[in-house]
Amino acid sequence: MNSENAITGAEALWRSLQAEGVKTVFGYPGGQIMPVYDQLCHYEDVIHHVLVRHEQGAIHAAQGYARISGQPGVVIVTSGPGATNVITGVADAMTDSTPVVVITGQVSTAALGTDAFQEADVIGLTAPISKWNYQIRTADEVAWAVARAFYIARTGRPGPVVLDFTKDAQVGLTDFHCEKCRFIRSYIPDPKISDQAVNKAVSLLDNARKPFVVFGQGVVLGHAEKELEAFLRKGDIPAGSTLLGLSALPSDFPLYRGMIGMHGNVAPNIMTNQCDVLVAVGMRFDDRVTGTVNTYARQAKVIHIDIDASEIGKIIPVEVGIRGDARKVLSLLTERMQERRRPQWNAAFDRCDQVEKEKVIDPEVHPAHGMLRMGEVVDRVVRAGKGKAVVVTDVGQNQMMGARYSRFTQPRSFISSGGLGTMGFGLPAAIGAKIACPERPVCLFVGDGGIQMTLQEFGTIMQEQVGVKIVLLNNNWLGNVRQWQELFFHERYAQTRMPNPDYALIAKAYGIRCISVPDRESLAPALEALFADDAPCLLDVHVLEEGMVMPMVPPGKGIHEIMLTDSEWYN
Amino acid sequence: MENEEREYTVTIYTENQIGLLSQITNVFTRHGLSIWSLSAGATSMEGVHNITIVTAGLEKKVKESVQQIEKRVDVIKAFFYTADKIVYRELCLYKVPTSALLAKGDIESLLNRYHARIVEMNKVFTVIQKTGLSDETARLHDELKSVGVLQFVRSGRIAVSRAEQEPVFKFLRKREKEEKQQSNQ
Repeated sequence: MNSENAITGAEALWRSLQAEGVKTVFGYPGGQIMPVYDQLCHYEDVIHHVLVRHEQGAIHAAQGYARISGQPGVVIVTSGPGATNVITGVADAMTDSTPVVVITGQVSTAALGTDAFQEADVIGLTAPISKWNYQIRTADEVAWAVARAFYIARTGRPGPVVLDFTKDAQVGLTDFHCEKCRFIRSYIPDPKISDQAVNKAVSLLDNARKPFVVFGQGVVLGHAEKELEAFLRKGDIPAGSTLLGLSALPSDFPLYRGMIGMHGNVAPNIMTNQCDVLVAVGMRFDDRVTGTVNTYARQAKVIHIDIDASEIGKIIPVEVGIRGDARKVLSLLTERMQERRRPQWNAAFDRCDQVEKEKVIDPEVHPAHGMLRMGEVVDRVVRAGKGKAVVVTDVGQNQMMGARYSRFTQPRSFISSGGLGTMGFGLPAAIGAKIACPERPVCLFVGDGGIQMTLQEFGTIMQEQVGVKIVLLNNNWLGNVRQWQELFFHERYAQTRMPNPDYALIAKAYGIRCISVPDRESLAPALEALFADDAPCLLDVHVLEEGMVMPMVPPGKGIHEIMLTDSEWYN
Repeated sequence: MENEEREYTVTIYTENQIGLLSQITNVFTRHGLSIWSLSAGATSMEGVHNITIVTAGLEKKVKESVQQIEKRVDVIKAFFYTADKIVYRELCLYKVPTSALLAKGDIESLLNRYHARIVEMNKVFTVIQKTGLSDETARLHDELKSVGVLQFVRSGRIAVSRAEQEPVFKFLRKREKEEKQQSNQ
């Protein structure tokens, strides 16, 4: 390398990130990534580095950032433990199709495989849980690898990509030229849509009496929200959302009938097993959505639209599979299918809604007395946020309550760890979300279990002054597991009781405002204070300890077998 | 039929990328499919590698695995076949003691019967090579037992489909065209 334009691989990384339009990275320095950090000072005015307190926090923050912005979240960590600490997030991003680019430091190529200090086989470890990974062994590969990484992470079914950056590639020199990746011959992110399949689907829809749509995050990832609305309107087709599909349709959209799945709404679950044509858009029939597979929608002809061919027919046998981009497929279907009115079919959902309202929602959201309930708190928080807030949840009861009782007015407003169910996801994801959309309020619903899994990120909030509104639904239990123990494990509460620290003191230590909400009376003033400014704030809300998420399709039951309370079933 | 475990030959075409073979075998492991034989090598097209794996399982499981394999970014195409859809062979080497082999006599007719041939012979041992299907190669092994088999190795299966042209080549030509179109835009 004798060109005077030669730069180090480390600097080439920053230049390449800049070329990809990266504005924010989440990271944590360490030995084998030091050359990269050493060059950061030249790029700090264009790229904002958020220093987290643990690498897991970096990747979940990047996931939250990606879900809101639609752009890949970027993570930079060191080798060995730095890399293994991001593994949970990589797996989470893979399951939930979140575009993330992770750059891990790695020992020098000469030391690879020698059990060198802080060496881990990152390529081997991340291969099964990443969309693509690559070890950069020379500085000359940096531009190519970064361009390819971003292209793969953000196109097709998005996902996490890992670049393992050896020390000698970081310090080596390269004659840097910016690269763009637009084509990989073995990879088809936007497959051609089968005309035949579309026509077959149209004919099924035209002849359907009781069609029903279930949609997932594919609608959001494919920017197909408007196309979905148009499709539903033209066919007068009711629709239910998966957990990750939430907010793709506004909550008050007339044909939107709620969330499907284990703790979903009664109507869309019941009607799944009554419709004659089931259209699945950008979703993958997770077991939390289907209940027992062999009783799921057996009466219906299934049309499955997904950009990932391997999802079609994987769980549910299909009449028509359409591989393609949700936006394009929905446009084609809308264009070709006949317009219909289905007042009777749509009205059939109302009866289920009425039962759910009486038996579940009203007692949860408007309890006459007793301790605060989780659903009630979520409802009041979301109202106080005027439906404009981004809702982030952790995993467990807080997540299901957050999903059930939030209301949305715009897409990309709900972030949760769906497929992997990663406790500890919420707090860092909320940080990433707030950084991606500083102009919107970001509310985190989190339990006392999950918040302690990544509590160290209070430090990140303190340093960056990230205005996250943390609503701690504190019940002194690992509530979701407690619920299962009560219902299915003979009330043997093994290791789910959890005495809590004084969160006000913890918050104080980090300079975060904490408001304690021990009862109903103190909720309203606390919420007023919560949304009065854009500063970080923790609401420690003491909720009913034995609160349960209902309705519930118990494990091993069909999606139509729904518990309304611990002693009453829907019929 | 649908619930019957059968033998399948999985043919995978890949870019030459480090770590890809382990990614592919991982998919088999994750789906609980054993790998009975595996062979890998370069193809006639530059940069394109072929991996052939023999496995057994339910068609649904094998299909699912093949789709997961094809989903990997650097995998070009993956197919799976039942035995009737392919022409396939294995290569075997048998090392036998030369003295015993000569004592047995009538070596030529034995080799002819099995379409086998001697690839090396010295005073101590003789190496016989045979290509064929696994039951044929096993039969020769049985027959050589009388002279004593010092070593017997069998390669993984290699196979060509009964289609006139491998669909992967058509696919790659199509992709080449698409790349040109895209770069012209």
